[in-house]
Amino acid sequence: MTTLLALPYWQETGIKLGLALAVIPTTSLILVYLFLFKMMAFMQSRLGPNDTGPYGTLQLIAEAIKFLQKEDIHPEQADRRVFRMAPVVVLASTFLLYVVLPAGPDAVVQNLDTGVFYAMAVSSLSVLGILMAGWASANKYALLGGLRAAGQLIAYELPLILAVMGVVIQAETLNLQGIVEAQATGEIFGFGAIGNPFILTQFIAFLIFMIAAQAELTQTPFDMPVAETELVGGFHIEYTGFRFLLFFMAEFGTAFAFAALASVMFLGGWWIPGFDVDDNILNVLGPGVMLAKILLVAFFIFWVRFTYPRLREDQLQKFAWKVLIPLSLANIVLTGIFKVVF
Amino acid sequence: MVAQNIFFGILAAIVALSAVRMVTTRNIVHAALYLVAVLAGLGALYVLLTAEFVATTQVLVYIGAVMVLFLFGIMLTKAPLGNVMEMTGKQWPLAAVVAALLGGVTIYSLIDRFGSERLTSDGPIYRTADVSDEVFSTYIVPFEAVSVLLLAALIGAIVLARKD
Repeated sequence: MTTLLALPYWQETGIKLGLALAVIPTTSLILVYLFLFKMMAFMQSRLGPNDTGPYGTLQLIAEAIKFLQKEDIHPEQADRRVFRMAPVVVLASTFLLYVVLPAGPDAVVQNLDTGVFYAMAVSSLSVLGILMAGWASANKYALLGGLRAAGQLIAYELPLILAVMGVVIQAETLNLQGIVEAQATGEIFGFGAIGNPFILTQFIAFLIFMIAAQAELTQTPFDMPVAETELVGGFHIEYTGFRFLLFFMAEFGTAFAFAALASVMFLGGWWIPGFDVDDNILNVLGPGVMLAKILLVAFFIFWVRFTYPRLREDQLQKFAWKVLIPLSLANIVLTGIFKVVF
Repeated sequence: MVAQNIFFGILAAIVALSAVRMVTTRNIVHAALYLVAVLAGLGALYVLLTAEFVATTQVLVYIGAVMVLFLFGIMLTKAPLGNVMEMTGKQWPLAAVVAALLGGVTIYSLIDRFGSERLTSDGPIYRTADVSDEVFSTYIVPFEAVSVLLLAALIGAIVLARKD
């Protein structure tokens, strides 16, 4: 690799961290505008926001400004310190996820050896923030929502990690760049014209990953923790103003990060199927390719969200423990056998 | 090495302070959250020692699973807001003596064994692949023994919790 620009370590790190910090609000802006505002509206025969800016594009920015102006309110009985810390913990988990997401051969904040494993680890941190928020709000609905969220996230983290195992076995690496590489150079039974996007050979893992990710993101049909008809609002019921904004940003930022993980592991990430492009060009084109794939995956996440009714709490737990986990274990065994035989 | 030393000092101070606060705080949820800080600080120390895999495992297992289960259990049973619980038992002087003894013995044996050794900045970096090679070749027997032990504990817990 030839470097055009050599910076000291701390400057490079500073620039990368600044970029990652700027990317999170931008990604949640894109997802909320495209899917939550417009796509949902069109699916329900509405227009959606259309007054603020062209086609309502500035609506979310106007709302962010509104949130920032609001008074900072605590419930009287709340545990102030924990109450304030909770949204920061949730957003920190989202931020840490963005550290390993690759957008090109060299366009990544830090290319960690344990990429996938690290992503799974830091994404589990958000449960901590949710429990903190639920408890510190001094509100029964919030506590119930927090506990539901924790129970659900613990249950669905297992199939999520086990589904990833199949990909890891096939790619022979935990490194996210290595997984993209393995898909770019892979072959399916000797046919390698489009490489080997793991969605073809690991389709079961892809399905399990998407379902578990839907539950991890507490999107409908897995939105018991924020079920408004029973819990009013779940764990963030007492939050207003910019603290609510932090939760909101973390929710959609994490949705984007999970869509990015799915597109890296199953759709080949920044690599263009069937084309052998130079690394330097891919560094420029990569982010665009990634964005296209991420939006495709996110489209499915939100499509399901707007389409299906909510699962009951016992159905939700049963589905994770009795269907998804055995299925993902079977997938690991099958992948292992195929890996040894072929 | 200077930056590492500075960060080691900061992290060690955070870990030690949180550990002390964990046993002195009167709120059980706060105690659990201080324990989270201790475990996260230890994870950061592993990163300083270039043990990336161990650090990630620390976060996944201790913070993402064990501490979440702790908090889950505490909140599901009793989690009063405010400083209403008396959490310091009557035997705390005895416990302090035991803790001091244990700490003293550990510090003495560490200094006695490693006191003169210094970590160099160009020391080995342990890749995740090296770790897995070691675990599944040299240490395969203890690894399997531990997994059987965990399975036994799991089944034991289910048997104990079953009512019928």
